[in-house]
Amino acid sequence: MSPAKEASANPVPMKERIKIPRQGMPEQAAELRVMNFTEVNLGYSMELARQEALRCLECAKPTCVDYCPVGVKVKDFVKLIVAGDYLGAAAKIREDNVLPAITGRVCPQEDHCEGFCLLHKKVDSLGIGYLERFVADYEQKAGAPPAANAAPTGKKVAIVGSGPAGLSAAGDLIQRGHQVHVFEALHEIGGVLVYGIPEFRLPKQVMREQIDTMRKMGVEFETNVVVGKTVSIDELFEEEGYDAVFIATGAGLPVFLNIPGEHLNGVYSANEFLTRINLMHAYEFPRYDEPMVGLRGKHVAVIGGGNTALDAIRSARRLGAERAYVLYRRSETEMPARAEEVKHAKQEGIDFQVLTNPVEFLDDGRGWLRAARCVRMELGEPDASGRRRPIPIAGSEFEVPLSVAIIATGTSANPLVQSTTPGLKTNKRGYIEADSESQRTSRKGVFAGGDIVTGSATVILAMGAGRRAAKAIHEYLNTGAW
Amino acid sequence: MYRILDAQFIAPGIKRFVIDVPRIAKKHQAGQFVILRLHERGERIPITIESSDREKGTIRIVVQAVGKTTYELNALETGGAILDVVGPLGKPSEIEKYGTVAVLGGGVGTALAYPTTAALKKAGNRILTILGGRSRELVLLEKEMREVSDALYVTTDDGSYGEKGLVTDKLRELIGKGEPIQLVLAVGPVPMMKAVADLTREHGIKTIVSLNPIMIDGTGMCGGCRVLVGGKSQFACVDGPEFDAHQVDFGVLMQRNRMYRDAEKESLERFQHACEGDGQNGGKCRSGAENAAPVVIAGGKP
Repeated sequence: MSPAKEASANPVPMKERIKIPRQGMPEQAAELRVMNFTEVNLGYSMELARQEALRCLECAKPTCVDYCPVGVKVKDFVKLIVAGDYLGAAAKIREDNVLPAITGRVCPQEDHCEGFCLLHKKVDSLGIGYLERFVADYEQKAGAPPAANAAPTGKKVAIVGSGPAGLSAAGDLIQRGHQVHVFEALHEIGGVLVYGIPEFRLPKQVMREQIDTMRKMGVEFETNVVVGKTVSIDELFEEEGYDAVFIATGAGLPVFLNIPGEHLNGVYSANEFLTRINLMHAYEFPRYDEPMVGLRGKHVAVIGGGNTALDAIRSARRLGAERAYVLYRRSETEMPARAEEVKHAKQEGIDFQVLTNPVEFLDDGRGWLRAARCVRMELGEPDASGRRRPIPIAGSEFEVPLSVAIIATGTSANPLVQSTTPGLKTNKRGYIEADSESQRTSRKGVFAGGDIVTGSATVILAMGAGRRAAKAIHEYLNTGAW
Repeated sequence: MYRILDAQFIAPGIKRFVIDVPRIAKKHQAGQFVILRLHERGERIPITIESSDREKGTIRIVVQAVGKTTYELNALETGGAILDVVGPLGKPSEIEKYGTVAVLGGGVGTALAYPTTAALKKAGNRILTILGGRSRELVLLEKEMREVSDALYVTTDDGSYGEKGLVTDKLRELIGKGEPIQLVLAVGPVPMMKAVADLTREHGIKTIVSLNPIMIDGTGMCGGCRVLVGGKSQFACVDGPEFDAHQVDFGVLMQRNRMYRDAEKESLERFQHACEGDGQNGGKCRSGAENAAPVVIAGGKP
């Protein structure tokens, strides 16, 4: 990895680039945004984007690209920003990533591109996510038409699930000339991107625009189809004439803590809590019909330390929760959430109670949650996940008064597709077995990727699986070889 | 949008719909349900499928107006449409030859019990049916149930039809007479199902109930429909909706069904109030429940 020798449009000498500070993301003030669901990050201006792009060292072997799960050509698109060719930059990203406006907002860049940026060895890494978002938003505003697809191949691919893995595969396959039909179980397209991630992090309008672009590219969407119930994988092949199927159904069933009191009213899974808000607009009750427990002035806690946990508690804060806690059994170092979300949550007054684990939910005598009894933890030796194992401290129990508790400690495999697809191999945890490179399953013509293979992960990892699957499906459709 | 091919009241506040939804009709098995959303601002509600016609690509559902969404649904007429219908969800009923099966249907629960009863009859079981309702007009599907039953009894709370009393009174009588009942299927208000479970537990008779907790997605994703069965969390949408009645914690079910009672009441009152001032748009609000008994949100009397 060394700075490039090739000609560059960047007028800033290499040595000077490192002296340019990372350009901050303009954001809505914390005291304002806790009262609304409008996006926190406001996006770079053209000037900020250019200034940030000038910092790129244009490495001869850019590690940022190597560590991107979908292989976005970061150096190339950043160069195009420097040259002022924003639509060119967008087209460059789209060669590898069909949802740039989404990944620019929700990708944990510190674990991928930005974490391996050469700048990061001395100063702050290049704001790759911010730049990606800028370019994607610019393209959207410009109304640029999507790139043309390859000539039709006459092959039909069914995609099960319209979350990040499914959409990413759909985008790649339609560009290769295949007919692509996406099945979605819910009434809206987008999977976790619409039911899970809140408006303040990923506006629904951005989602709609990305989906509209995919429709224009020719992708067909069908809502209200639960594959495994409404139609089986076998029927897709035998009766509906599909040549290949990609299963991208996501992680599925929420895991509960299995502690006393979990059935009390006021105890939610994060999936339910977020679905009520994001998909069903329960916070706009009674304008919308779906109700939820009122949070104004209440004490609310989320259990867990991932992005889902922070999405849930920050939503609760916006809905008026007076005290909003994160109860996490490890320390902040082990917290899997994106760094920027932790920062934003703290600015919004979220109280992080780390090394804390609830052991019981307490009843108010009328079937409603009154408090969580918690125990403090300390960290022991590393466990199977490589993170230090949390161990309860004897005698450290205490009560946190709460009206609402949201459990965000993960999910387990949804069995609907597996249980209705003979010959589809699963692992002992119920996830679908798929080749890590081709995403092929044990069934000919059936591919799988995303959380239904790996268990809960991130949007970008799911998109990476979608890309690999699309490549392998394309090869399979061309050669017929399995 | 899914077209309503037919909509007819079968009792005050209770309407039967035929919906054009070929994918679901093709796959439906007894015991399964659909989730509906009426319009862009609507909530998602689970409704059991009464019957399906694969040839015509239709399903039938029976809806009792108890809350805002069901009132609104029951105001829809033939030729109308429902925005979202998804299914068939849940595990199908386990159909075997048990011998003698007692089927207890309470109010609109009878419509939910009907397809399973028909399948049990077809499997060679002797069917003893007990239909209950608060009054004569709330005893539903008597004709249909009679066709798939070897004997049929009716009880009403007020004695306006059949015998005065509860379905459990009749069941106790049949057990007392020495009817060799191997299985009981009970579908109705939660207190009724609980009472049946308590009775059959004493006699060691296997009993199945169909639960209808609060639900959103219906695919296991949200966990809102969790019920305590045998001390473990089960999701009614994917593990149910039918469960072993003797394992179900009905107390938790009733408590969780009350979770949004205030909001449900508010929503319904606003809807009805809006309807009162809705003179020129009268059709929209005719849910047919105007003459029905007072609304009970979370189950009625057994």
